[in-house]
Amino acid sequence: MWDYTDKVKDHFFSPRNAGALDNANAVGDVGSLNCGDALRLMLKVDPDTETIQDASFQTFGCGSAIASSSALTEIIKGMTLDAALKVSNQDIADYLDGLPPEKMHCSVMGREALHAAVANYRGDVWSDDHEEGALICKCFAIDAVLIEDTVRANNLSSVEDVINYTKAGGGCSSCHEGIEEILVKVMAERGETFSPHTVAVPEEAKPGKLTNLQRIKRIEMVLDAVRPQLQRDHGDIELVDVDGKTIYVNMTGACAGCQMEALTLQGIQQKLMEDLGEFVKIVPSRAGSLSRAASHP
Amino acid sequence: MDGIYLDNNATTRVDDAVVAAMLPYFTEQFGNPSSMHSFGNKVGLAIKKARLQVQELIGAEHDSEIIFTSCGTESDSTAILSATKANPDKKEIITTSIEHPAVLALCAHLEKEGYKVHTLKVDERGRLDLDAYAKLLSDRVAVVSVMWANNETGSFFPVLEMAEMAHAAGVLFHTDAVQAVGKVPIDLKTSKIDMLSLSGHKLHAPKGIGVLYLKRGVRFRPLLRGGHQERGRRAGTENTASIVGLGMACELAQAAMHHENTEVRRLRDKLEAGILAKVPRAFATGDVTNRLPNTSNIAFEFIEGEAILLLLNKFGIAASSGSACTSGSLEPSHVMRAMGIPYTAAHGTTRFSLSRYTTEAEIDRVIEVTPEIIAQLRKMSPYWGETGPATEPEKAFAPVYA
Repeated sequence: MWDYTDKVKDHFFSPRNAGALDNANAVGDVGSLNCGDALRLMLKVDPDTETIQDASFQTFGCGSAIASSSALTEIIKGMTLDAALKVSNQDIADYLDGLPPEKMHCSVMGREALHAAVANYRGDVWSDDHEEGALICKCFAIDAVLIEDTVRANNLSSVEDVINYTKAGGGCSSCHEGIEEILVKVMAERGETFSPHTVAVPEEAKPGKLTNLQRIKRIEMVLDAVRPQLQRDHGDIELVDVDGKTIYVNMTGACAGCQMEALTLQGIQQKLMEDLGEFVKIVPSRAGSLSRAASHP
Repeated sequence: MDGIYLDNNATTRVDDAVVAAMLPYFTEQFGNPSSMHSFGNKVGLAIKKARLQVQELIGAEHDSEIIFTSCGTESDSTAILSATKANPDKKEIITTSIEHPAVLALCAHLEKEGYKVHTLKVDERGRLDLDAYAKLLSDRVAVVSVMWANNETGSFFPVLEMAEMAHAAGVLFHTDAVQAVGKVPIDLKTSKIDMLSLSGHKLHAPKGIGVLYLKRGVRFRPLLRGGHQERGRRAGTENTASIVGLGMACELAQAAMHHENTEVRRLRDKLEAGILAKVPRAFATGDVTNRLPNTSNIAFEFIEGEAILLLLNKFGIAASSGSACTSGSLEPSHVMRAMGIPYTAAHGTTRFSLSRYTTEAEIDRVIEVTPEIIAQLRKMSPYWGETGPATEPEKAFAPVYA
């Protein structure tokens, strides 16, 4: 059985704002019947202030879909439409004290229903921009479609590449067979054959003889290489200090306080060790955690 | 543990008598049955007895046709891979669209290795077209693998007849019978079935023990090679306590066979009729006149199965569902899809599977609680109006993207 938080259970067993909303003037219907998750979000918007006066939902969905919908209606009530549009699926998941990785799409569906409802109110046409595939990497909740698109767009040819570009496979590594299957398929499309042996073995770094400046530059280079992935998840990383074997960094944006922070850092530490050819320890800086505490009073 | 357990097709409670029979084999009877001394010898005799008990339940002609394995999945893999290895020139396999993943995923894998897998379709009740099957049988086929009873609906396939047809065509026939063994009488010596898989934990023995029945004379290639255990057909030190437990469980199942097909069947029928009488827009899936006595699979339209299970669980009732969400996959049960059950019903399928421990009071309680749960969830469904389904439900709610 899923490991649902108490908050999820509470919102499932006693959903807030469930049922049809009379005189709703913004309705968003999203979801997929194939997946067994579909949601109708109904809003009553004050036309003068564009404030959400009331919100309700109906759902054909599982426990976490019901809980995510319930949480969403609670979050957005009283917000202006523009403020509500800034609510991310992570906000919904956070409100529920987290969702299992397989269930994060329920929170995504909530956010999409909200965008669809606002588009409906403003007379715009909302179109979904994501397609969901089978979940491949359970550590980082990354599905087949995302991996496939990334492999195609960047001409990737190894599991290592996929880890670097998408994070998929960078955790427990159980999904590497699935990633290889995607590589086989996409590489065949471009007339190549996947071979696990063609991966360039990371060169033995020349350890020891780096000057402090060279060493810091190399560390910066490794961080620059992972930065695009973090930024795609609305986060970032900055180098704070290097003290012998300890590298202090600051996780910012969505990375700060992310449940995956430890795993992400572990992956970066691994890359640093491979690149520098020596043992190093990556530590989130205290300054970073202090500013984080300040921003979440 | 208190609660009403109606998920016996998932796994069963180990019978107290089975536990009692097993316990000495963890402590004083700890010997390795392969050893020459008396520590091992007695254990060897206990395994021999267990083998006879299994033989009796499935009506095998010889006790040497029983190979102990670690589970149903291992038995399935051993059987199918053995058939392919023993017949390297035959590059086709016949199976059905509603097999257990233990067979389907293996076949999909073999397909990547160059095998042609013929997947027999089923109709809306989950039945096969035997004419289509007959046309596929040829000397190119290495093995046919067809389940005896489906785990989700309980429906039977005509495996005895299909085995005869395969035999006549010179093709090996394997059946995954993990749901059927112990619930319906089986007499393999009068059948043309070459290989059969069974699993201990489906019949009140522990998890981690299974059997592959291999008819004498059938060409075989082991999955695990090593020691001489199981006559060299399945190497690895025997799981002695569990083998003894499985033997006892087979004896108990034999004794309960009449009860299973009378009393358990009556309770199942009462449960199904009771729920369907009170819940509109619900129907039993599968081949309802030709199925296991303990299984009822009901599709509740316009709601989702995981939500049903969570609410049932709140009342202490354990069942299972064919919805996508309960498995973490994106599609509802492949069995329901193969039978053409629409998505709006497939996601709401709920399986109740009884056992010989199920009581009348438990069934009455489930009949009382379930309709309320369904009504509660339908109130939240965009397909449901004030009193019943929205007129033209598909038009009432047509979400963006599919």
